[in-house]
Amino acid sequence: MYIYIQGTGCVSPQETAAGNTFPAAVLPWEGPRLKAWEPDYKQWIDVKLIRRMSRVIKMGVAAAKLSLQEAGVEIPDAIITGTAYGCLDDTGVFLSKMINQQEEMLTPTAFIQSTHNTVAGQIALMLGCHAYNNTFVHKGFSFESALLDSIMILREGRSSSILAGAMDELTNHSFNILSRFDLYKKEPVTHEQLLKSTTHGTVAGEGAACFVLGTEKGPNTKAKLTGLTTLYKPAGKAEISPDITSFLAAHNCSQEEVSLVITGRNGDAAGDEWYEYVENTLFAGKPVAGFKHLCGEYPTAASFGMWMGNRILAEQQVPAAALLKGTVPDQIKKVLIYNHYKQTHHSLILLTVC
Amino acid sequence: MAALKAQIVEQLNLQEVKPEDIGDDQPLFKDGLGLDSIDALEIIVLLQQHYGIRIANPEQGPEIFRSVRTIAEFITAHQTAK
Amino acid sequence: MHSDVWIAGGGVICGIGNNLSECLMAFERMEPGMAHMEYLHSVHRHTFPVVEVKASNATLAGWTGMSEKISRTALLSSVAVQEAWKSTGLGDISQYRVGFVSANTVGGMDKTEDFFADYLQDPSKGHLSQVVHHECGAITELVADAMGIRHHISTISTACSSSANALMYGSRLIRNNMVDVVIAGGTDALTRFTLNGFNTLMILDPAACRPFDDTRAGLNLGEGAGYVVLISDALAAELPASHQPWCRLSGYANANDAYHQTASSPDGTGNFLAMQGALEMSGIRPEDIDYINLHGTGTQNNDSAEGSAIARLFAPHYPPVSSTKSFTGHTLGASGGIEAVFSAWAVKEGVIYPNANFSKQMKDVPFSPVTKFSAGNQLQHVMSNSFGFGGNCSSLVFSKNEQS
Repeated sequence: MYIYIQGTGCVSPQETAAGNTFPAAVLPWEGPRLKAWEPDYKQWIDVKLIRRMSRVIKMGVAAAKLSLQEAGVEIPDAIITGTAYGCLDDTGVFLSKMINQQEEMLTPTAFIQSTHNTVAGQIALMLGCHAYNNTFVHKGFSFESALLDSIMILREGRSSSILAGAMDELTNHSFNILSRFDLYKKEPVTHEQLLKSTTHGTVAGEGAACFVLGTEKGPNTKAKLTGLTTLYKPAGKAEISPDITSFLAAHNCSQEEVSLVITGRNGDAAGDEWYEYVENTLFAGKPVAGFKHLCGEYPTAASFGMWMGNRILAEQQVPAAALLKGTVPDQIKKVLIYNHYKQTHHSLILLTVC
Repeated sequence: MAALKAQIVEQLNLQEVKPEDIGDDQPLFKDGLGLDSIDALEIIVLLQQHYGIRIANPEQGPEIFRSVRTIAEFITAHQTAK
Repeated sequence: MHSDVWIAGGGVICGIGNNLSECLMAFERMEPGMAHMEYLHSVHRHTFPVVEVKASNATLAGWTGMSEKISRTALLSSVAVQEAWKSTGLGDISQYRVGFVSANTVGGMDKTEDFFADYLQDPSKGHLSQVVHHECGAITELVADAMGIRHHISTISTACSSSANALMYGSRLIRNNMVDVVIAGGTDALTRFTLNGFNTLMILDPAACRPFDDTRAGLNLGEGAGYVVLISDALAAELPASHQPWCRLSGYANANDAYHQTASSPDGTGNFLAMQGALEMSGIRPEDIDYINLHGTGTQNNDSAEGSAIARLFAPHYPPVSSTKSFTGHTLGASGGIEAVFSAWAVKEGVIYPNANFSKQMKDVPFSPVTKFSAGNQLQHVMSNSFGFGGNCSSLVFSKNEQS
């Protein structure tokens, strides 16, 4: 049984929500904070519902709608989302009011919008979808868990299309606090410079990406989700290599058959060593692309990577802005996405053209 | 009632609705403006904050808040000095 | 791929007991845990009864060997996970491919809300140690790391149905042979954030809650953690006679009400679909259910919706039902897990839990909850319901013996 990508949708710091092709130009940014390019949400969401949706919810709903549209699916058989931070804006609003007003005269809207499952809940509400609905909230594995849940349910053979996606936002508060954890670049940096950086830190990003996964090809299907795995706190680079080789073997793929490697390189010197190591030992000579200079770093950024991987297979070319090294083969058949979040949460996603 | 309409629009984040567009007797819940139970709770807090009126039972909400006029009448009947 | 998933053990900590045995005693003695806030500081301290775990963070830390400075959510989780693992007799955890699927709604908010007070005064203030474990997933990892679990870890957050969904995901991991064992359930600690949030919805009862009673006026918040240990058929077959599995997790279903952000549809559509789906998966009929552990929060809305859905699905054979939240309060993200432990134990020992504070049958529901504790009943199949905000409805079925 194959898992086909029937549709995708993406809201990101690039103009990915304008349509489903890779944007022609990179929207330049100056770090360390990237902000999503937001479409006019009213094209998908009724004004009466929009007022109950914070930014991250709107991003998620837009990505969901785009993916359902591309898949030609009106109501999916399940809605599964992943978000590490949840609805930060509303959480911040409610917390602030609670503290400033000493727990008096508080109102419900920010509270009910702050719960992590609000995005999946709002999508279900909008579509009138009574099917399975779940939300994963596990740091750098939030997206991958949503994908895995989808795969396992599709394998049970009673669903044909599942909407799976991930979203995370940056707010002023969250950016300030994350900055205090010394995650980001202190010096100015641009998208062209980031992935060549040799200093500590990365840049903060945000976005939402959704996929309609199914057991049959959709009208716009160009790729299959062939494999997925997560690795928690691998002991070191020596442990990663055999993990990657056995992952590929488990999905009948040799290193030679990988057409392109997409890595989650983010400009942080220590973190990027993992990618450097894997590229040099396992995939020497292979073309390598990156994506975090386009979307920034956040726990569910691998969803942008997968969106990009799918686009590359669909269009059979790698955008110049994304290619980091090597020559792309004429036929791009298999794309391996290797990503990690803060060196502790590693994931591998294998996509195959179809 | 004009001030009340402005407060309602602000409290409920009714984007694209101008206070003067709300009819005095226009039904606020279900059809009409399409408000729901969460909005009713917001209005309860609004009444407490701006008019010093406490409503203990949220179930009374939809009845009192039928229209801007019914809210205004309720306020006049119950307002305590702030 | 079809294979059974068994419950090899369970652990629980909540406001009526620090372990399963203490909780059972509280049910037997009809001693619900509602009281004034002792550990949480809030202006509403004397307004709303809550069901706090009767132990300070320092005490919880002492029991588990964790630091007392970490979030209470993680401390509670740790206590229940340790009890759950120990109860299985499986021994050294490193021998197995173990997954840990823990649910929560608040993450480390108990610490974050303290941090935020300082931070709002000055963005450079506040101790970072108080927010380093803010994320829901960070709480899970504190416990996973302490237990030495690395193979597969995840966290689910779907409001009040969170930990029921954790059991479903865990069960799938086993059926797909990704792991041999999954510790699945959830945890939540009482926080000002949740207390005030629920207060804005005006669904807190200033008196002890009365689930499924016609005069009910809201819920009481609780806190705690509850986990079951799920194992595969293969592993169940290897268990010694002294540690046989409690029961099977024979069925489950997750449906969405798609009606409103927080309120349930009047006829409980999502509730109905979840219960029906769970029965279907178990391969049983409604009349085969011997006891339902209700979601039963005590709010006007939930109990009516749940009651209607049960009436529609089970008529005319209403099984005994009760809401253990009348003792434990509503433990939010932990409720599915805590009640899974109670339900699995019910199958094992034939326990039917009492529903406290009940005196008047609901006008719109054709049955009443059970008000007395009993054990030694013949319970073949027990259902546990968890319904949350966002329309998230989940139902689990625990069953005795092999599937025929």
